[in-house]
Amino acid sequence: MFRISRLPTAVLANASKCRRLATASSQLPEQSHGHLPTSQSPITPKLQFFNSVMEDGKQIPTYRVLDGTGKVIEGAQMPEIDEELARRIYQNMVKLPIIDTLLYNVQRQGKISFYMTAHGEEAAVTGSAAALAGDDEILGQYREMGALLWRGFSYDEVMAQCFGNCEDNSTKGKQMPVHFGSRKYHYHTISSPLATQIPQAAGVAFALKRDPARRGRNCAVVYFGEGAASEGDFHAGMLLASTIPTPTLFIARNNGFAISTPASEQYHGDGIAARGPGYGIHTIRVDGNDVLAVLAAVREGRRLCIEEGRGVLVEAMTYRVGHHSTSDDSFAYRPRQEVEDRKRIDNPIARFRLFLESQGWWNAEQEESYKAEVKKEIMQAFKRHENLPRAELKEMFTDVYGGEEPWNIKEQREELSGLLKKYGSTWEPWKTELKKYRGEGKELLGA
Amino acid sequence: MFSSRLARLPSRRLRLANHSARRFQSTEPPPAGGHLPSIATSSFLRTTRDTALRAPGLRWIDADSAALDDVVAGRETRKMNLYQAVRDAMSVAMTKDDTAVVFGEDVAFGGVFRCTMGLAEEFGRERVFNTPLTEQGIAGFGVGLASMGHTAIAEIQFADYIFPAFDQIVNEAAKHRFRSGGQFGVGSLTIRTPTMSVGHGGLYHSQSPEGYFLGAAGLKLVIPRSPIQAKGLLLASIRDPNPVIFMEPKILYRSAVEQVPIDDYELPLGKAEHLTRGNDLTLLTWGTPTYHCETALHMLATPPESLAKHVPASLRSAKVELIDLRTILPWDVETIEESVRRTGRLVIVHEASRTGGVGGEIAAEIQKRCFLKLNAPVKRVTGWDTPVPMQYEKFYIPDALRILDAMVETLTY
Repeated sequence: MFRISRLPTAVLANASKCRRLATASSQLPEQSHGHLPTSQSPITPKLQFFNSVMEDGKQIPTYRVLDGTGKVIEGAQMPEIDEELARRIYQNMVKLPIIDTLLYNVQRQGKISFYMTAHGEEAAVTGSAAALAGDDEILGQYREMGALLWRGFSYDEVMAQCFGNCEDNSTKGKQMPVHFGSRKYHYHTISSPLATQIPQAAGVAFALKRDPARRGRNCAVVYFGEGAASEGDFHAGMLLASTIPTPTLFIARNNGFAISTPASEQYHGDGIAARGPGYGIHTIRVDGNDVLAVLAAVREGRRLCIEEGRGVLVEAMTYRVGHHSTSDDSFAYRPRQEVEDRKRIDNPIARFRLFLESQGWWNAEQEESYKAEVKKEIMQAFKRHENLPRAELKEMFTDVYGGEEPWNIKEQREELSGLLKKYGSTWEPWKTELKKYRGEGKELLGA
Repeated sequence: MFSSRLARLPSRRLRLANHSARRFQSTEPPPAGGHLPSIATSSFLRTTRDTALRAPGLRWIDADSAALDDVVAGRETRKMNLYQAVRDAMSVAMTKDDTAVVFGEDVAFGGVFRCTMGLAEEFGRERVFNTPLTEQGIAGFGVGLASMGHTAIAEIQFADYIFPAFDQIVNEAAKHRFRSGGQFGVGSLTIRTPTMSVGHGGLYHSQSPEGYFLGAAGLKLVIPRSPIQAKGLLLASIRDPNPVIFMEPKILYRSAVEQVPIDDYELPLGKAEHLTRGNDLTLLTWGTPTYHCETALHMLATPPESLAKHVPASLRSAKVELIDLRTILPWDVETIEESVRRTGRLVIVHEASRTGGVGGEIAAEIQKRCFLKLNAPVKRVTGWDTPVPMQYEKFYIPDALRILDAMVETLTY
């Protein structure tokens, strides 16, 4: 087992350098002309613009532990990880494409309305989830089912939500597939509008900070894509988390695409990481396809975040191997070969597997039997949920308000109830539709 | 956006729906509900050149348009669905106006609903370009561009995602002329956005947010029902001296097909259109429910056996006046008032929730103007006052049966 102490404080040192750089270039003469009265900004006689948070205009580096063949790169320190944790992480990564492939095909058969895969991002999601405490509050975007599975969310719960049936405890069938949510696993329900979760995370973190039982122990973790980071809500969230401040851990999954729009058209600057220092936020860019680098960076980021009670940003560089969603055909805007190359050359699962095998922690036999076991369990869950009815029809009107139900909701439910009594047993299209609900609408028919 | 970014959400379903509708007619036994018109077979869709060229209110925009207003001879039409008609309108606008540009999320490769397909190749990436993912940015950029007199055609990927742009639209675009004493204006701004439900979009891909904009004086809001309407109304919107929100019912993108005139033409903003004439009841709607209303009219005249007992024989010959409102803001009160004065009965159908929906505003105004002529209260057939619930959408979105029921109730009041 590896027992290597916590990451060096390189992250911190780097970040504070960035902080300085954001206000003045390091190339300025040492000679002091004093500083502005209201800040530490030194006076300089040099007329010089800057456009980088790094020295000499370089790009922000990408932190990596494992190379493409699963070997530790020179100078890298291994994060603390033992065989059990390593295997668990790997298994979580392996599960994702199996579930994704099944549900993608199920959508193609018309059995569910929609699906989004996480192909290519298994390490970014799993590595980060593994670095968190199980009760850190997660606010996801929509491609982070892996974090929920890491916490114990079951295949049954996944299937129930995607089928929107009576066992869907995420949304009671009200939201589209992949809009998971779980109070139990501290995973806030997914909302389709992009980036709305980002400033919310700062609010969640503020609540954690005010709660004596969780202060200094938990943080809020918010996932988002590089596309979502263009929304105003991203900037608001970063600003609030650093200024108020609150322990909010920002995890950008930079997968290169927002539907068809490549990252090169999403920003002109140095990715998402370059924005962190602008908000006074400790920032790191990490190889998102290297699960150990993600694990180490998020662990350290989380420590900093909780210790300082302020926002921290991790930009995980990865690649969206799959289409944006089942409604998208990405070969309309990117060459198939590019995707095939990425799958072959930079596969996060294969990379970690090579590492595990080099440690003697995994082998071909285990690979085969584990995959077979996962497939069997997923198929079992799929078969069970495929045929379950939706929740009762009356659920349409629940959870709009808490407390006393307003008159309009009550009257409209009664209006529908009246219509169902009148036509529900004779009008074929409604009769057919009613059969899809548990109880076939009887609770509204008053039968 | 999605945001969930459920690009091209309805496409698969719609193709299936069309296919099965066609199949029905040839080989299958009649459906249990009897033969009813669907979007594919709607009589409101003008599927011949001649009917297309004679669409009411159509105004040709030619070099010497005044002389050519009624000329039909020599003009051509092409079969287009709604997204192709939208694309055609933008192509015409950009051909004739060098300042016109098209921008939004994913528009360069053709847009998630294919409305901008080929435009980047035709007009260049400088005039047809992707924006970063920021609706407030897109709207604000459009306001600035339009304030300089350029023609800005912006796309918000789903109407459900227009809310980050709400401030720019309501506080900026709508108020621009007023606040500058008429010095500045953003009349050359048009914001296109897909709206309404497809049956499985849930909270964030099924909304009809037109009602939220009713209070934004200075803004116009248009919703077309078909390809011919989309092209003519979009060109009119682009050239109207006011900022316009143009909401395109996304289920119609592929399913509504017409012969569309290939020349430049406009249809008037602020004018509703009669789709049927009658003196017994006014049925008012816009967008997708237009076709549910058509089905309901057939059900009223010749109810399928299973519904016969609910439709008194005396009502089957009722003459219903179906009106497509088309422009939601400012709405055509004159046409609606004139109609309701004759019919004494008004049923309004929209997909948005009842509370805060456009139907409430219309009902209030009409009952004031027609109070003594009304034979029944104005009735609204709408989505319920809940968010749009995915697995319950069939019983949430008004369908033909609910419209039929409302007509029967209103006619027998």
